[in-house]
Amino acid sequence: MADHAHRTRTETESLGPNALRVSNLTVRLDGRTVLQDVSFDVRRGTTLAILGPNGAGKTVLLRTLLGLVPHEGTIAWREGTKIGYVPQNLFVADVPITVREFLGIKRGTDLHESLASVGLDPASILDERLGTLSGGQMQRVLIAWAIADRPDVLLFDEPLSNVDLGGEDLILETLNRIEKAFGITVLLVSHDVHNVIEYSDTALALNRTVVYFGPSKNLSDPALLARVYGSGTLLSKHAH
Amino acid sequence: MDQTAEPVAYAVLAGVFAGLASGYMGSLMVAKRMALVGDVLSHVALPGIALGILLDFNPFLGAFAFLLAAVGATWYIERSTRLPLDAVIGVMFVFALALGVLLTPAPDLLEALFGDIANVAWLDAAIAVGISTLVVLGVRAIYPGVVLSHISEELAVSAKVRVGWVTFIYLFLVAVVVATGIKVVGTLLVGALVILPAAAAKNVSASLARYGALSAAFGGVSAVAGILLSSATGVPPGPLVVLVGTGMFLASVVTKRIMGPRG
Repeated sequence: MADHAHRTRTETESLGPNALRVSNLTVRLDGRTVLQDVSFDVRRGTTLAILGPNGAGKTVLLRTLLGLVPHEGTIAWREGTKIGYVPQNLFVADVPITVREFLGIKRGTDLHESLASVGLDPASILDERLGTLSGGQMQRVLIAWAIADRPDVLLFDEPLSNVDLGGEDLILETLNRIEKAFGITVLLVSHDVHNVIEYSDTALALNRTVVYFGPSKNLSDPALLARVYGSGTLLSKHAH
Repeated sequence: MDQTAEPVAYAVLAGVFAGLASGYMGSLMVAKRMALVGDVLSHVALPGIALGILLDFNPFLGAFAFLLAAVGATWYIERSTRLPLDAVIGVMFVFALALGVLLTPAPDLLEALFGDIANVAWLDAAIAVGISTLVVLGVRAIYPGVVLSHISEELAVSAKVRVGWVTFIYLFLVAVVVATGIKVVGTLLVGALVILPAAAAKNVSASLARYGALSAAFGGVSAVAGILLSSATGVPPGPLVVLVGTGMFLASVVTKRIMGPRG
């Protein structure tokens, strides 16, 4: 699948204050249009939340930005951008791998420093099996992995989907702290409007096309929310 | 079976290296839930062995050529049709088995199906040692990439792993391991050589390093034990190697029940 990357038009150019500019992005999978004419940009050092109903194309957008999906339109990253990715799920049940071994796959990782920066105690977790961690511990290990080589951009797919309620704030605060400490640009997929308003600067509401792109705080307006989710629910049913 | 000390020594040497290599390779295959793919792929070698016997060249080369062709075709068909890997290999398997049974001369069929490690010459042993060493080094090199792309393809891509390339080398090494293992236990049982040691090791491993090392060790030990038992009893070695491996697996199940995965 990775070889699709060479078929895409992913460009690197000077973008002024922006880390990423996406223009007229269209993605078709198995003859179905999943994303149509999507355009947005992301300023360096800010957090963009991508939201929308199930099937709106949020995860496809992240995979496309990673170069995994063939597309039309332009994806322009600032020159020399290093991307860290935090996936939603890992298949670790079949692999007896410890946290130490997992983080060790990423070369040049300072295990203790990465784990400490996400609030995990290296001494107690390094020799645990990845498959036995709780949802919240796993997410923080994945963030530790993603920030280990000091990326410029973090792509984050549903960071809270497997985390229990108490753990959500911890993850989001960790993210915010990292963003400020390292000046990282964060793109995160989320379905929780409260978290989006509180923790992101800009919001991109998707439902195959762009429904809203602008400041996240505007989403506290019920009329806008209805447009993002109300009509969205109907449309996503048609999409399946 | 009338054997002098030397052929047994060659057989043991070839067996221990083939066992180590297939055990180590098997640890990746079991982790990727591809254990039976190795078993199925082994039958693809049969027409190659048959051609070797018929046209009087080394059957190992024939087996390897057929496996390589099957692996190349599998890799290509999977990527172009997105059919599951096991379905594509299943198609290869039934075709090759039918062709192999038709081609193989009846007197040699049993040997092709169950192996002939008792008849190993020094050259065969040297080839087995050399190839197995290369396989172990190759598997070691791709191990992190294969594990990471199994855990999450996106994560692997973001870490600059060339997933397509790593998958190809992985399948190539599966073909080499299967071709080498056929000499020890034959086409019918070679799957056991990759499945049993890894399945046993997985039961008693809490880390990747221990899992890989134990798989290799179990593979080497079961091959040698089977060959030595065969030389002492006169029973064919292939089935004995598999029975020893099965015994190890059962022991690992008991150990896991008593002591947990850290065994």
